[in-house]
Amino acid sequence: MPNYTLTVNSVERTVQVSAETPLLWVLRDNLQLTGTKYGCGAGLCGACSIHVDGVLTRSCTLPISRVAGKHVRTIEGLGTSGLHPLQEAWIAEDVPQCGYCQSGQIMAAAALLAKTPNPSDEEIQNFMSANICRCGTYERIRRAIHRAVGGSR
Amino acid sequence: MTRISRRGFFRTSAAGAAGLVIGFHLPSRARGQAAASFAPNAYLRISPEGRITVVVARSEMGQGVWTSLPMILAEELEADWNEITIEQAGASTLFGDQSTGGSASVRTTWDPMRKAGAQAREMLISAAARQWSVERDGCRAENGFIVHAASGRKLSYGELAASAAKLNPPDNPPMKNGGYRLLGKPLPRVETRSKVDGSAVYGIDFRLPGMKYAALARSEVIGGKVADFDATAAQGMPGVSFVGKIGDSAVAVVSDSTWNAIAARRALKITWDKGPNKDLNSAAILEALARADQAKAVKFFTAGDVSRIGGRRLEATYQLPFMAHAPMEPGNATAHFRSSECEIWAPTQVPQDCRDTIAASLGLKPEQVKVNVTLLGGGFGRRLEHDYALEAALVSRAANAPVKVVWTREDDMRCSTYRPVSLHRLSAVLDGNGWPTSFTHRIIGPSINGQKGSKPVNGVDSDFPDEASFLYPIANVSLEYVMTETPVPLGWMRSVYALQVAFASECFLDELAVAAGKDPLAYRLHLLAEDREIKYFDSSWRTARLRNVLQLAAEKAGWDKPLPAGHYRGIACFGCFSTYAAEVVEVTMAKGSPRVERVVAVLDCGQVINPNILEQQIQGAVVYAITNALRAQITIEGGRVAQGNFDDYPPLRMNEAPLVEAYFVPSTEAPSGAGEPPVPPLAPALANALFRATKKRARALPLVPANTGS
Repeated sequence: MPNYTLTVNSVERTVQVSAETPLLWVLRDNLQLTGTKYGCGAGLCGACSIHVDGVLTRSCTLPISRVAGKHVRTIEGLGTSGLHPLQEAWIAEDVPQCGYCQSGQIMAAAALLAKTPNPSDEEIQNFMSANICRCGTYERIRRAIHRAVGGSR
Repeated sequence: MTRISRRGFFRTSAAGAAGLVIGFHLPSRARGQAAASFAPNAYLRISPEGRITVVVARSEMGQGVWTSLPMILAEELEADWNEITIEQAGASTLFGDQSTGGSASVRTTWDPMRKAGAQAREMLISAAARQWSVERDGCRAENGFIVHAASGRKLSYGELAASAAKLNPPDNPPMKNGGYRLLGKPLPRVETRSKVDGSAVYGIDFRLPGMKYAALARSEVIGGKVADFDATAAQGMPGVSFVGKIGDSAVAVVSDSTWNAIAARRALKITWDKGPNKDLNSAAILEALARADQAKAVKFFTAGDVSRIGGRRLEATYQLPFMAHAPMEPGNATAHFRSSECEIWAPTQVPQDCRDTIAASLGLKPEQVKVNVTLLGGGFGRRLEHDYALEAALVSRAANAPVKVVWTREDDMRCSTYRPVSLHRLSAVLDGNGWPTSFTHRIIGPSINGQKGSKPVNGVDSDFPDEASFLYPIANVSLEYVMTETPVPLGWMRSVYALQVAFASECFLDELAVAAGKDPLAYRLHLLAEDREIKYFDSSWRTARLRNVLQLAAEKAGWDKPLPAGHYRGIACFGCFSTYAAEVVEVTMAKGSPRVERVVAVLDCGQVINPNILEQQIQGAVVYAITNALRAQITIEGGRVAQGNFDDYPPLRMNEAPLVEAYFVPSTEAPSGAGEPPVPPLAPALANALFRATKKRARALPLVPANTGS
């Protein structure tokens, strides 16, 4: 099996897996970064959302062969020193219920804020609708994103 | 009534947001710590260093039991909330039934958790009084210390642990009846940080040294069996160490990673014996309900005599489909079988059932099977089944290795247990003023508990006492059940039969109001005008509490105020799991389909332990219920579930989720259920709103154009 080298949360990692192995399972099983979750395996729910070279990406359908040499950021490395402001806002609004989808929700929200620093409700709803939460935490997610950018809505 | 809002609390209590230290101790590792500790009962240990460990004997699946149950104990203990560590209990013999379901965790642990805290507090007071040689009456417990008021002396719980451990626990310690420090406060959940930094350990995240990963190919045709299989190709795939049949209906592939197991599973060549259900389909299942032998109807609740009432008669038939729970974390479990013992780590709502089933299947004694409970990535009733854990145990034994079994989303959708289909025949007689003098509701459908082999209660499914009530004190009422059978595996899904029963009866009541030319709120309030007690099985309901939640929901929704053009609203109420709920749903129409714009939900669930978590439960239940109402539908074609993933079984997304305004009624009654009761009123309130929009009555879920006629 081939070797693949990539940078995960600023650390260079090399794994030996088959070329079609989705990045999700490399993160979870090979690198033991289990904060990134499996939800559907088909790019439908967003639980596996990560950033590849800064771009929001579904890791469950992304073969490792396409990530070689790239920079990957997961929920474990989102905050560069301590927690990211979104994670702080998630705690302040007590967003998670079961919590399983929240890593993906936060990674998506971080990508939203990178492009749209002060999003409206509509911008939040449209962007975050790519991610499914079965516990129905959507209202608190919306509040947490506003809180993270200093809004009070 | 209290609108749930946590903002004020956080402004005034910065320290409250700091949260607790969580010790996710597995029971096997926790042993030995207890020796030097004060452990007056199974729920509590206080170490000489002052660490207070509260054991939670229910599963944390998002509903907040890691926070709410320890709050109940800490209230009586007079403990410093910030000094408490949570320990998740695995399957045990110390806590009675540990099943997490039926909106019962607070209801069933309220007394034991309060008593556990009160016992310890009384013993700590006695220990301090002895040490100081003073009267007990002069000592009190306060925020982690026993204080002697007269002398100003104080000792911490840790300092008193060793001497308190020598005392006998009192049988009937005094307990509070109000004046709470913690209960009723919107405390933040204890595990939130771990759920936003990726460190929380769900079943699927658990890992053992040397662990293998397994994927199983199961018969997608219900009741099908493995006739033959060729493992050659799969065995040649990367990492594969084992391929073998598990039971009659599955083949397991064991490999060195989840992906390699899934990939190798695709290389299996299996010949299936499709068995007797290969031509089963949803249309035939629903037709069979319509043809079910009505002579088998069991009357499970009656008032007066519906057969003797004449007048203006209305009839209607309602219908609901199979639905799937689809929690975000698919099924999984880890097992390590070693000849005479088996240890399990599972995201389960039923650790004791897992233990007993695995023991029976492996020929072990229950005490030779240890079941540890991880965090659950959603439950909704799906994890009341022991299937994942049993599979893991069987594969671990067959492959002779510690193994984690992981289900794909398609496995979860197609090999699950489902909310049963049901057909509802309703009839009523109205008097000259349009008020009902008789009401009959006949439920026709397969029984979950019947299929699983548990005995009916008075001829009906044993869930009916919690979920199938009718709380309008109409003079002549008959609730009836025709129990049918289906080969489709059935399971308990959030609010279970209450969803079916409320949809049919609260929509039909709306039909009666329309037929009478009366406002649907006024119609209901008239029927509930006098406070009456309704005895239903062994529970007692007050119609005044139902009337109250209805009135409050209507008031907060502005029922008497006109809506913007193109907006329509409906109302419904229901009592289940000892809780009263009412909801007003406001919709608009887009391309013939309803869009939910706003939901006002009011709950009377007795004393509220934690309004922060209650708001989560109400908002979450409403969002879950909107998916159920609008499009959750499992269909059977050729003996198989037709749906496979979130594209053809699509949960509600954020751009479709309405504003949910959650309220609760302040109460001094004992706490009752919260996780499920907000589900049932949603679908009828939504369908009733839809009727106002379309003037057509939708009598089947989901509310898709085929069922709404729009």
